[in-house]
Amino acid sequence: MSHEPLSAELRVEFAYTRSLGPTLGAFLTALREHRVLGVRGADGRVHVPPAEYDPVTAEPLTELVEVGSAGTVLSWTWQPEPLAGQPLAQPFAWALIRLDGADTALLHAVAAPGPGAMSIGLRVRARWAEEPVGAITDLACFELLDSPTPEPPVRTFDEPVRGTVSPVDLRYRHSASAAESEFLRGVEQGRLTGQRCSVCTQVYIPPRGACPTDGVPLTDWVELAEEGTVTSFCVVNVPFLGQRIQPPYVAASVLLDGADIPFQHLVLGIAPEQVRMGLRVRAVWRPRDQWGHTLENIDHFTPTGEPDAPFDSFARHL
Amino acid sequence: MPEVAVVGFAQSPAVRRTSASGNGVELLVPLFQQVYLDTGLSKQDIGFWCSGSSDYLAGRAFSFVSAVDAIGAFPPISESHVEMDAAWALYEAWVRLKLGEVDVALVYGFGKSSAGELRRVLALQLDPYLMTPLWPDSVSIAGLQARLGMAQGRWSERAMAEVAARSRADARDNPEAQLIGTPTIEELLDQPYLADPLRAHDCAPISDGAAVVVLAAGDRARELCPRPAWITGLEHRIDSGQLGARDLTAVPSAVAAARAAGSDGVQVAELHAPFTHQEILLRQQLGLDEARINPSGGVLAGNPMFAAGLARIGLAARHIHTGTADRVLAHATSGPCLQQNLVCVMGGED
Repeated sequence: MSHEPLSAELRVEFAYTRSLGPTLGAFLTALREHRVLGVRGADGRVHVPPAEYDPVTAEPLTELVEVGSAGTVLSWTWQPEPLAGQPLAQPFAWALIRLDGADTALLHAVAAPGPGAMSIGLRVRARWAEEPVGAITDLACFELLDSPTPEPPVRTFDEPVRGTVSPVDLRYRHSASAAESEFLRGVEQGRLTGQRCSVCTQVYIPPRGACPTDGVPLTDWVELAEEGTVTSFCVVNVPFLGQRIQPPYVAASVLLDGADIPFQHLVLGIAPEQVRMGLRVRAVWRPRDQWGHTLENIDHFTPTGEPDAPFDSFARHL
Repeated sequence: MPEVAVVGFAQSPAVRRTSASGNGVELLVPLFQQVYLDTGLSKQDIGFWCSGSSDYLAGRAFSFVSAVDAIGAFPPISESHVEMDAAWALYEAWVRLKLGEVDVALVYGFGKSSAGELRRVLALQLDPYLMTPLWPDSVSIAGLQARLGMAQGRWSERAMAEVAARSRADARDNPEAQLIGTPTIEELLDQPYLADPLRAHDCAPISDGAAVVVLAAGDRARELCPRPAWITGLEHRIDSGQLGARDLTAVPSAVAAARAAGSDGVQVAELHAPFTHQEILLRQQLGLDEARINPSGGVLAGNPMFAAGLARIGLAARHIHTGTADRVLAHATSGPCLQQNLVCVMGGED
């Protein structure tokens, strides 16, 4: 393949919404009130953050114990260039902190002027978030014990914390495969191309890195027609977020003439109740100046007016 | 139960960035063709397929389903997937073979670590309630572990740099390695900290790549390979997911797995240690003073996520295949700070 594959920025963003059981619910309810709870294990050790089940006996742990919001650094490392989502935007330390009254350590950030200020045994205390929401981030970070930051006011809440929301925001450089890239470059020129497998002779659109039947790389390119046959369809009646067409409308599997695999697209220009298997359709392209590396260059398919294709002609391609 | 052996292995070169798509197909097709050529097997001979990969690494849902294109899944195949390093997929395949359900299995792993921001993506394997929301990155978490061991006198920054230098020197004989060279210890110690006390050379590089291992049972293994690497022990164990609740200077799960797998007397050990101090920790804890460690250069010379642990098994098996060792150990890890550990001990029969 002569060209580098196409690639583009891809952002994956969602908010994980999780329910909490009695232990983590109590922990985050207390954290929202600027208090820290641990749980007593079967061996008497106090776990902070609390363990829901004893790490040795696997018994559910229920005895909640309030511990201090100051503690001792057991280990630390320095974050010279904080990453997105981390507790502090300026350089800071990550630390394992054993709070006063606890036997295990909490992982969190420590605001410090530089790595020279950090040491094992350092005493630190909690800095609370201005707007607590019932999440681990209600502990904004830890700071050196003699820091002058005033305590934010304690707020009161009627309901305990029963769930927590964790935003996820990831950025990728997504690469199309070499075959997908060639296909999309063709689409950008108004051409539809597929690839024929050298073993089973099936023609795939969109083309892919390997024949899913035979596992061999696909190298033989085929120009495909703009006309095809509806092999299956569904009438979309349900509105959903991001929908671009008013329901009802038809999403159909279209088998282009010369291809062996149908792909999904819209069928417009015909009443939904008249769409049928075997209907002959043709691509309707958007205006040339709107074309990009996307199958959306085809706005939709519309009936050609030809007689329907007989079922036997597409029965093997459903 | 039938005896099971590694009879084939191939891996792609570990590279900082491949232009291949995230579903692994382009990486895997040539590796499948290589192991077919080496063993004389064809797709139809494979009774069970199992893979390891991560959708978060690929940045797309069900990337492992797209990867099945590389197999050629018709007539229908028997296939499974683990969202872990493919060494755990090998464990699943090994169980199938031990049960006598099939006599040949193919295991593959792939990862395009370069697609996203690896250090952040790996935060998603932490406790989702109390750790992931803080986005602690994998390098910083390893830094906490490295300092604990230094404070106890278990290793030093110099000892860590020596591991990095030896890995890069050994990797010169490994055509699939990403980082090779002969840096001096002083040159390495002169570099700035990435996550104090870790420098860049203490951390495995970001690598894209894939690996494939073929397993076979009993006489079928003897037909396929002149000197099969018989798996004499295969165990995996896990430590607490709560980093602050375990002693990070010990790896009880790795020790328990090695003991159960019977690691005494191994001549070569391929350890999956993504950080220099973790190689020292594993060597100390597993009692590997007599073994040659990571003659391939280890993952410090190339670390394709979700394939690197499987590749350790293939690389260790090669020493049996070629007769340069009679008893070898491969180790794979998953999760932060060596949380989950798998040990595979293999031997030859003469």
